[in-house]
Amino acid sequence: MKVLMFGWEYPPHVFGGLATANYGISHGLKAQGDIETLLCLPRPFGDEDQSACKIIGMNSVPIAWRDVNYDYVQQRIGNIMSPDDYYRYREHIYADFNYMHVNDLGCMEFAGGYPGNLTEEINNYSIIAGVVARTEQFDIIHAHDWLTYPAGIHAKQVSGRPLVIHVHATDFDRSRGNVNPTVYGIERNGMDNADCIMCVSELTRQTVINHYGQDPAKCFAMHNAVYPLAPELQEIVDQRLPYKDRKEKVVTFLGRITMQKGPEYFIEAAKRVLERTSNVRFCFAGSGDMMNAMIDMAAAYGIADRCHFPGFMKGKQVFEIFRDSDVYVMPSVSEPFGISPLEAMQSGVPSIISKQSGCAEILDKCIKTDYWDIDAMADAMYSLCTNDSLHEYLQVEGKKEVDGITWEKVGERIRKLYDQCLERYK
Amino acid sequence: MKTICLYFEIHQNIHLKRYRFFEIGKDHYYFDDYENERGITETAERSYLPALRTFLEMAQTYGKAFKVAFSISGCALELLEQYAPEVIELLQELNETGCVEFLAEPYSHGLSSLANEDVFRDEVGRQAKKMKELFGKKPTVLRNSSLIYSDDIGGLVASMGYKGMIAEGAKHILGWKSPHFVYHCAHDQRLKLLLRDYKLSDDISLRFNDSSWSEYPLFADNYMDWIAQLPEEEQVINIFMELCALGIYQPLSSNILEFIKALPAVAKDRGIVFATPSEVISKSKSVAPLDVAYPMSWNDEERDTSCWLGNVMQREAFHKLYSVADRVLICKDRRITQDWDRIQASNNFRFMTTKPASVGLYRGIYDSPYDAFTNYMNILGDFINRVNALYPLDIENDELNALLTTIRNQADEINVKDAEIARLQARLSKLQPEEEKPAKKAPAKKAAAAPKKEAAPKKEAVKKAPTKKAEAAPKKAAPAKKPAPTKKPAK
Repeated sequence: MKVLMFGWEYPPHVFGGLATANYGISHGLKAQGDIETLLCLPRPFGDEDQSACKIIGMNSVPIAWRDVNYDYVQQRIGNIMSPDDYYRYREHIYADFNYMHVNDLGCMEFAGGYPGNLTEEINNYSIIAGVVARTEQFDIIHAHDWLTYPAGIHAKQVSGRPLVIHVHATDFDRSRGNVNPTVYGIERNGMDNADCIMCVSELTRQTVINHYGQDPAKCFAMHNAVYPLAPELQEIVDQRLPYKDRKEKVVTFLGRITMQKGPEYFIEAAKRVLERTSNVRFCFAGSGDMMNAMIDMAAAYGIADRCHFPGFMKGKQVFEIFRDSDVYVMPSVSEPFGISPLEAMQSGVPSIISKQSGCAEILDKCIKTDYWDIDAMADAMYSLCTNDSLHEYLQVEGKKEVDGITWEKVGERIRKLYDQCLERYK
Repeated sequence: MKTICLYFEIHQNIHLKRYRFFEIGKDHYYFDDYENERGITETAERSYLPALRTFLEMAQTYGKAFKVAFSISGCALELLEQYAPEVIELLQELNETGCVEFLAEPYSHGLSSLANEDVFRDEVGRQAKKMKELFGKKPTVLRNSSLIYSDDIGGLVASMGYKGMIAEGAKHILGWKSPHFVYHCAHDQRLKLLLRDYKLSDDISLRFNDSSWSEYPLFADNYMDWIAQLPEEEQVINIFMELCALGIYQPLSSNILEFIKALPAVAKDRGIVFATPSEVISKSKSVAPLDVAYPMSWNDEERDTSCWLGNVMQREAFHKLYSVADRVLICKDRRITQDWDRIQASNNFRFMTTKPASVGLYRGIYDSPYDAFTNYMNILGDFINRVNALYPLDIENDELNALLTTIRNQADEINVKDAEIARLQARLSKLQPEEEKPAKKAPAKKAAAAPKKEAAPKKEAVKKAPTKKAEAAPKKAAPAKKPAPTKKPAK
């Protein structure tokens, strides 16, 4: 089976959560043995891991005919794609796009990431997808998140193959109800045209059904997974001090400090815990528009000496934070999935997560509270900091549980949905 | 002649309320009154009352041909007394028919048999006393909470003077043996054991209304045929279950009470009789000792204690709870002893289980085992603080015991002296009217009066001792402390 997949980012160049999910899914599909994936990315860097899929750089696919020689193409885009592919695609240009901003190869440039002219890039991406879809042979189309939905629809119209879309987040999660009509339009159109909608959680699935009016029969929850920790990260995590040597307990919040993540509930709970004990510290790893407000709030409650704001963390730093933490808290108000509790549990940090996050649906060995239930959250923090047995149990069992959540299993489930989808399409 | 021994457990957990850690030290009331009232009234209405009325009817119809046994946990009794006294009245009425036996069990329905011998003795004693008060007869057969039994527990129960105990006929213990005989405890042959036939018991309590069961629908004559068809020498069939099974686990709409009602008649047709546990024990001889090295129970497929003590959280809570056991035992504060009974109940530990359950597990007000654990530990934290406030932590349990024994001995001594004084005074008053020896009278009076005066305040001090212990104990501890360090290494 051959899959034409549309993605936006891919490790090692990570801008958001999409990259890791995309990486996991393509590896999960590879593990099925008979699935071949063609992954379209707007602007690959050439150092991506191509073991699980063949990467097509959309910025190297011509949409306007240019007479260029082999060596020149090799020199320009050789690190991303072979010139043979370039010529192959050149054969399938379907309209005169010379009026667009094309370069000397007849290709369009992408800024990559999430620039200001995102809608324009989405449109360009979809134009190029038309060329790719006309050139390649494939059985099914898989588009990740709204940025690539137009490309997916275009490919479906050109090839007549079924379209699967993967909803990693909706605009309802990002904006807490105040949706951007343009984004909503694109999302809605993608869903309407899709033959199968995979949502990262049941929570997201319900949003898709209720707010986007989709047929429940074509929406499926497809939870994410995690990869085992890389050896260098495992090494960091292994430096964790033994329990008895940790005199002060550290409770950590990790993520953007924005309304969606519910940081104010974390402070409220912290205040209650600190009224009782003095040997707990609270760490806000992240940055965001509510950071200053949170600092003010901590100061107003007189707990600023116990609350720490180290700023945005990335890569290794995240795991250094986990190594030094005793409890991880994710009080998100609305979280389509939320991969970080899984990473925390992998690193041996018991987690408290809000029931309003998608990962709560697949995790059992963690404490779940409502994001607004500050008392319950404080109680859970206090219990984890004072009752060794609970901490130990969740540490050991939590790690075991997360180790069982693998992308291979996700790949298997995606494979089943592909099969169903193709069956119906015959 | 085959004998059916029918026994029902009456136990309701006293639910703990949602108790956050910031309430520790501020709020000493731990119970969810609403849930308790709702739970017990519902159970009484849907199960206890209809079931007991049926038993009463059966007792009246069949007379002594029908026998049944009950045990009531102290917690359940407290709830029934408060919210559903009609259940107790019905039990008393049933008791008067003479068809009923009441068994002893630990007051709290807790796990004290696995933790602390003294607590166990105390609890059983209190429950048995209550049974005597309510039903006029001291129980001679004991059932432990959830039929927890091991050789050690058996030995303990035998030493308490009980003649028999009921336990689970667990497959892993019995092996090729049959539960249809009377066995005895491996540590003490005075204690006879009745083992539950879990197949026949669960047919009623678990499967009666299960339409996917191959034997559904079950009729009384079929059921009795199974019993009649057992090998000739297998004489005792023990059918034990919770009373809730009639009406709650198996709804009344399944006609379970009609089934029960029909049992004595169909049994009679087949020459099968009913007996209470103590009758079975006095009539039957034990065939063999039963070796039970590790505790077993009637819970879960494993029939062990893993549903209460299976994970680290449960074990921490358990050890923490019984770490104050000795202190609570010497405590006379009624609120503390009452809370102690209620928080000991094994249900509180069950809520914390992380075992994957085959039968839908009821978790009460809790979301998850962690939630249950957190709430319980908060309450336990407050409870332990209260106990520690009475008896300071820096006094060792042994020392405290020694002090208290001294006080108790002194109290006994004073009682003896009081009696002596009373006797002497009586004699004195006899002598007085005669006025034979006026010279002797004055010193005698003095002697009598002096100790009396002394005794009175002392007695008061003793009575107050438990409450005043906080201040009193350290003072007294000073001389007693010296021998303590020498004692320790000897241990």
